[in-house]
Amino acid sequence: MDLDALLLSRLQFAFTVGFHIIFPAFTIGLASFLAVLEGLWLATKKPAFRNLYLFWVKIFALSFGMGVVSGVVMSYQFGTNWSVFAEQTGSVLGPLLAYEVLTAFFLEASFLGVMLFGWKRVGPKLHFFSTCMVAFGTLISAFWILAANSWMQTPQGFETGPDGTYIATDFMSVIFNPSLPSRFMHMVLAAYLTTAMVVAGASAFALLAKRAIPESRAALRMGILMMAIVAPLQVVIGHESGVVAHEHQPAKVAAMEGWWETKAQQPTLLFGWPDQDAETTHAAIGIPGMGSWFVAGDSNAELPGLNAFPKEDRPPVWLTFWSFRVMVGMGLIMVALGLWGALLWILKRVDSVKLYHRALVIAAPSGFIAVLAGWIAAEVGRQPYVVYGVLRTADAVSPVPAGSVGLSLLFFLVVYAIVFTAGALYILRLMSKGPDTEEPPRTDEPPGTALGAGVKSATAGEA
Amino acid sequence: MFGIELSMIWAVLIAVAVFLYVALDGFDLGVGILFPFAKDARERDQMQAAIAPVWDGNETWLVLGGGGLFAAFPKAYAALMPALYIPIILMLLALIFRGVAFEFRHHGRNAGKKWWTVAFSAGSIVAAAAQGLVLGAFVQGVNIVDGVFVGGPLDWLTPFSLLVAAALVAGYALLGAGWLVYKTKGELYERSRGWVKQLALLVALAMGAVSLGTLGVDPRVTYRWGLTMTSIDWNTFLPVAPLPVVALGLCFLLWRGAEKGQHLQPYLYTVGLFLVGYVGLAVSLWPYIIPFAMTPQEAAAADNALSLMLWGALPMLPIILAYTAYVYWLFRAKVGDEASYH
Repeated sequence: MDLDALLLSRLQFAFTVGFHIIFPAFTIGLASFLAVLEGLWLATKKPAFRNLYLFWVKIFALSFGMGVVSGVVMSYQFGTNWSVFAEQTGSVLGPLLAYEVLTAFFLEASFLGVMLFGWKRVGPKLHFFSTCMVAFGTLISAFWILAANSWMQTPQGFETGPDGTYIATDFMSVIFNPSLPSRFMHMVLAAYLTTAMVVAGASAFALLAKRAIPESRAALRMGILMMAIVAPLQVVIGHESGVVAHEHQPAKVAAMEGWWETKAQQPTLLFGWPDQDAETTHAAIGIPGMGSWFVAGDSNAELPGLNAFPKEDRPPVWLTFWSFRVMVGMGLIMVALGLWGALLWILKRVDSVKLYHRALVIAAPSGFIAVLAGWIAAEVGRQPYVVYGVLRTADAVSPVPAGSVGLSLLFFLVVYAIVFTAGALYILRLMSKGPDTEEPPRTDEPPGTALGAGVKSATAGEA
Repeated sequence: MFGIELSMIWAVLIAVAVFLYVALDGFDLGVGILFPFAKDARERDQMQAAIAPVWDGNETWLVLGGGGLFAAFPKAYAALMPALYIPIILMLLALIFRGVAFEFRHHGRNAGKKWWTVAFSAGSIVAAAAQGLVLGAFVQGVNIVDGVFVGGPLDWLTPFSLLVAAALVAGYALLGAGWLVYKTKGELYERSRGWVKQLALLVALAMGAVSLGTLGVDPRVTYRWGLTMTSIDWNTFLPVAPLPVVALGLCFLLWRGAEKGQHLQPYLYTVGLFLVGYVGLAVSLWPYIIPFAMTPQEAAAADNALSLMLWGALPMLPIILAYTAYVYWLFRAKVGDEASYH
């Protein structure tokens, strides 16, 4: 296999999976948020919760649609671009993905229809049930895909069969591999935080614009509550995930931390410029011993640096190092905003401190950045392996010529750019308008009746 | 398990999943194919409303087909996907456009709405054509040595695969027209009846052409039908001879159904027509999972993987079918102007 097709396939997979993860990261949290909103509406009958539900469900529909179509791509790309990987791991990972389709995808897709189109057609309980099923489906889906990816990070419970492919010896240990618990938790909490940041940011924006006041105040508080509890918890879970990674993938942790020498008192670097060729981290500023203390619980612990691994087994250090720092930085911003919000709540000033609202608007995308950066650190840090220690990425690629892959990559770039731009535009447009409320409409726009919609589409011209 | 090869059970299950995909997503792709023939934006809104609550579930059968092939027959998946690289990617890109267009059409303003209307239609047509190219390339066989694709990037592009692509676009359009007859009323219903009648003729011709083409791709297919250039083996031919007759009968029933103003029947007859074509294909290609190159047994995953999945599929598939049917039943009403939630 020539290098070009390998490089292009890696770029294509990174781009398409990176694009895809944005949407599940948002919709996993948003589906649960919608279930809570609908539950609160049914329990309290406060119109604010209904208005919030009907507002966020539109944004959910847009995001979920983009997640679905970019997800279908992933299920075929294992074969089109990584056929050796597919053939080698099919008997181990195949059942996990099959279970994802059987237990999650159909559940989400079917009840999504009821959720979006059944508001007036089915009873409130059945509608609520449908929302819960969609939310439940997103979590089941996250479980299976994290099980599969975690097996690729920390493979176990398999052997090489007579034909050279991998065969599971124990599916329970394949599924519940060492890194699954912490990584699954880490991802679900990341999704909840991503949603909380977007909800808080959009609500703060509405409050700054003095729109949908009761709705925005309620949603802002829900976002702050989530941030204040989950962001600190995420620090603990993320740390646990790092400890597991150190145990099973020490080269990845060394790359994240920018360690080259194996020594006691490894530092935590606040800044540095890792140089793969010179085997050093330039301009390193750090706190000695803190790295050892974080990872091993003892600041004097001797931990391996990258020099302990053969050159051909080291992951790309610069990208792993910096994406890890970006993720942690975003996490700390979320912790700070959560605590600030909790403090304002206690002081009863949540609705009045404009500076906090502006900070939330700016920080609204922080969850997306953290999720992308975290996945880059996890996946790049696993290199040069696709299944850690077992199958090298270079050996897993399809026998497809570079020309075909280059062409498909180009098309993915163009199509995703169009879809992303339009989707982002429509979502931001909805957010800037805010939830519909009982307040009288401020424009002379016809009300949202079938007749009104007809008038509107007639004036909007033919399409 | 049960004295039957696990790989055979899975081959049948995946074949069923693919057929359900064709019968279900076929009609919503078909509605997209018919988009350019609608009278105005309002009619297009109704057409989309007739499929909007269910399209996502329909497309999930495609994920089950692809994911199932990966899980149950990794060697077939690994050999086929690189061989069909370009048409598969084309299909995925087209599905992206038409998938997001469901929502985007309602959020776009003037130019945006026009753009996503075209994207929905073009995406549906290209996705259907790409699936036809995949099917055509699959039937004519791919160049595999030791389980690895060794052919060129454009091997799939032949007159036969182009013919199958055109036929599948027409077939999906017929499914879509049948579905619209079932789901719409008034002017659009009348228009859809007309589409069914025209497309029934077109599809009958297309199926005939594809059938003859299939007989020509490999002598083993003609042999399977008991046909040679000079003679007919009646013992082989007679058991399969009813298939084309049934297909013709269904075309007639479907034409007459539209003529008489039936509602659900034209769609069901079309599904029957696809089923006949599917069975005919199975007769032609049995017992290969990649025609003339790989059998299900050779392509199968390890037995413990197949059996684990079967224990999941046995309870889950009936549950999935039950709630899918329930959702269809919830949205059984004909659509009017009020169907959208936007």
